Amino acid sequence: MTFHQRIFALSLGIGIFIVILEMVRRRRLDEDDSFLWIITGLGIVVLVLWQDLLQWLTNLTGAKAQTTTIFIFGIVIVILINLYSSVKITKMNRQVKELAQQVALLKVNEK
Amino acid sequence: MDDLAIIIPAYNEAGRVASTIDGIRKFTDADIFVVSDGSTDNTVNEASEAGAKVIELPFNLGYGAALQTGFKYVLKKGYRFAVQMDADGQHDPSAIQSLIKPVYDGETDVAVGSRFLGGGDYKAPFIRRAGIFFFAVIASVFSGKKVTDPTSGFQALNRKVMELYASNAYPADYPDADVIIMLHRSGIAFKEVPVPMKRSVGKVSMHGGLKPIYYIFKMLLSILVTLLRSREEGRI
Repeated sequence: MTFHQRIFALSLGIGIFIVILEMVRRRRLDEDDSFLWIITGLGIVVLVLWQDLLQWLTNLTGAKAQTTTIFIFGIVIVILINLYSSVKITKMNRQVKELAQQVALLKVNEK
Repeated sequence: MDDLAIIIPAYNEAGRVASTIDGIRKFTDADIFVVSDGSTDNTVNEASEAGAKVIELPFNLGYGAALQTGFKYVLKKGYRFAVQMDADGQHDPSAIQSLIKPVYDGETDVAVGSRFLGGGDYKAPFIRRAGIFFFAVIASVFSGKKVTDPTSGFQALNRKVMELYASNAYPADYPDADVIIMLHRSGIAFKEVPVPMKRSVGKVSMHGGLKPIYYIFKMLLSILVTLLRSREEGRI
C-alpha cells in the first residue's frame, strides 16, 4: 500500500469508528446494533497498521493488492450487518403480528 | 352445533360479507366469526349487523395471519371444529355440511374443499389454473396423496389442525402447497372433498401484477424449507 492509500484507509476507519461511537453516545443506535459497525472501523485501522496481517490475508484470498483485501473486508462486514438486520426485521415482523393478534383478541373479549 | 365455528377472514369486503353470512345461515347455525384484517371500509359494521362476531385486527396483516387470528380465538373459546371460508362469496355455503362431515366422523383431521373434483363449474383464468396445477403436482408428490387444489381456502378442520395453524409454522400471507406438505409431515390426515366455487365478483384478485412471479419464487422456497425442516418440528 502506498502512503497515500494508507492515510486514506486509516482516516476512513477512524471516521467510521468516531461516527458510530457518537451515535451510540446520543442513543440513536443501541450498543448491540453498533457492534458490527465498530468492528468495521476498528478492523480497517488494524489492517492498515498491521502490515504483516494484511499481507497474510492478501495471500490467503489470492488478491494482488492489499487494498483489495481491505475492500473485501468491508464488503463482508456490510453483508453480515445486512443479514443481521434482516434477521431482526423477521423477528420484529413476527412480534408485531403476534401483538396485533393479541390486541384483536382482547378487544373481542371486552365487547 | 355448539362446537363448530365458521371463520371468515375479510379485508375490505363491504357489500359482500353480509350476503356471505346470510348464505351460511341458510345451511348451519354454527357461530360465525369474521376477522377483519384492518379493513378501512364498512366490513366490520356489515358483518356484525349480519350477526357475526367480529375480530378486528388493528392493521392489515395478510390473509394467513388474519385466518390464524380466528383459529387462536376459537381455540381459546373451546370450539372443537372449524370451517374456514372466504368472505367474497366464492365458497358455496351449501358445501359446508359435506366438508365438515368427514372431520366430524373422525375420518380425517382436515377436509379441503377442491374446486377441481367436479363439484361445480369453476372456470379460472388459464394462468391461475396453470399455477394451481403446478403446485398441486408438487403437493401430491411430497404428500403421497392426490392433491388437486392446494390453494383452497375452504376447509373444515379439528382442534389438532387448528393448533398447528395457530403456531408459528403457519404462513402469514397465502397458505398453499407448503401447508399441505406440512400437514402431511406433521402426521395430520387430510382429504379433499369436491365443492362448488364461483369466481368472486367485483374484487381485485389477491394475485395481481408482478406478484405471481414473486409468489412462485416464495412458494418454491417455502416448500423447500418445509421439506428441509425435521418432521418432528411440525408435530404437535
